[in-house]
Amino acid sequence: MFREIYYTFLEFLRTFGALQLFFLQLVRNSPTVFVRRFRLVVQQVYNTGALSLVIIMVCGLFVGGVLGLQGYSNLARFNAEDSVGTFAAFSLLKELGPVITALLFAGRAGTSLASEIGLMRATDQLSAMEMMAINPVRRVLVPRFLGGVISMPLLTAVFTMVGLFGAHVVGVNLLGVDAGAFWQQIQNSVSPGDVYEGIIKSFVFGIAASLFAVWEGYNAIPTAEGVGRATTRTVVITAITVLILDFMITAIAM
Amino acid sequence: MQQTRSVELGTGLFVLLGMGALFFLTTQTTGTDAFSGENTYEVTARFENVGSLKNRAPVAMSGVTIGRVTGVRFDPEQLNAEVTFVIDQRYSMIPEDSDASILTAGLLGSQYIGLQPGGSDMYLEDGSEIQFTQSAVVLENLISKYLFSAGSNE
Repeated sequence: MFREIYYTFLEFLRTFGALQLFFLQLVRNSPTVFVRRFRLVVQQVYNTGALSLVIIMVCGLFVGGVLGLQGYSNLARFNAEDSVGTFAAFSLLKELGPVITALLFAGRAGTSLASEIGLMRATDQLSAMEMMAINPVRRVLVPRFLGGVISMPLLTAVFTMVGLFGAHVVGVNLLGVDAGAFWQQIQNSVSPGDVYEGIIKSFVFGIAASLFAVWEGYNAIPTAEGVGRATTRTVVITAITVLILDFMITAIAM
Repeated sequence: MQQTRSVELGTGLFVLLGMGALFFLTTQTTGTDAFSGENTYEVTARFENVGSLKNRAPVAMSGVTIGRVTGVRFDPEQLNAEVTFVIDQRYSMIPEDSDASILTAGLLGSQYIGLQPGGSDMYLEDGSEIQFTQSAVVLENLISKYLFSAGSNE
């Protein structure tokens, strides 16, 4: 019993340490890849970012709309309907924008990265690259990691902007809040620090989500089942880590 | 080749859209209103009690916002609060004997500084200090006054 716990703990520590080393390896190779293999990075920004735009925008619009509805119905009790914009802006900028974008990113881009790299592993493409003296870390992993890190903040910004638009449509056009008051209240209460907090969060989440996707794919067991499991684990680990990180950053920023 | 070109086009559009969204968020949601360094002048006022006055609270005259609070600090020598605020240069004709009071917007609203014009023909300028001030109304003091006066009537 105790022995099992001990070995599980040891296994966890080993995995954790390996993950850190893997991350350092990615970061160390990032500048070279960014300069020399810029095309590969562009390709991955397209795959992880541009192709995620549809899901991000649709979800952002409806999340903003729901915030508008909920905010209005709750604030109406205090005759503070004008603050619905502030409510939506704070929720989106500081929490919902970065967090929901990260979760959607894990589901849409993280899974595709993990399964793609996992399949490369399963079909021995990575070994073949090593045979041809091509470094798979530089050729495959780092471009995908960088693409994710670049895409996440941009996707978060798009999500937040579309969300505000959704809140505006619901609040102003449907429920009749004055448009001037709506934006005036937002501008009076949101400070640049709040926007930066969201940007920092999205950046950190981008690093986490991309790292786990690439890591799980690279270490997938080379069978169909293994690739499937790696894909699932990517989403689970990313979701857990993003929410823990979110709590930590919020606690620091308070 | 055709495929990479369309990929690059899509990426370019995506990055532009993201940058545009970031720009929109930093400029449209944060209150970088007209009261910034260039066209304002700074005035100080001392209060016995500032209540919960915060940075960026509005400074209003007749209910119209003409400036913002830029700093609230405790002066250890005079043992009172020193509030600095900036007023838009367009309103440079405010008599120097105007008085500043800390008011509350609405019942549970945030506090702001209200200016009442005086009758002097000298005007406030950069670095001048408002002499007549009225502190924030503290609810506990009001209640204790009321209780005290009710007790003395018997």
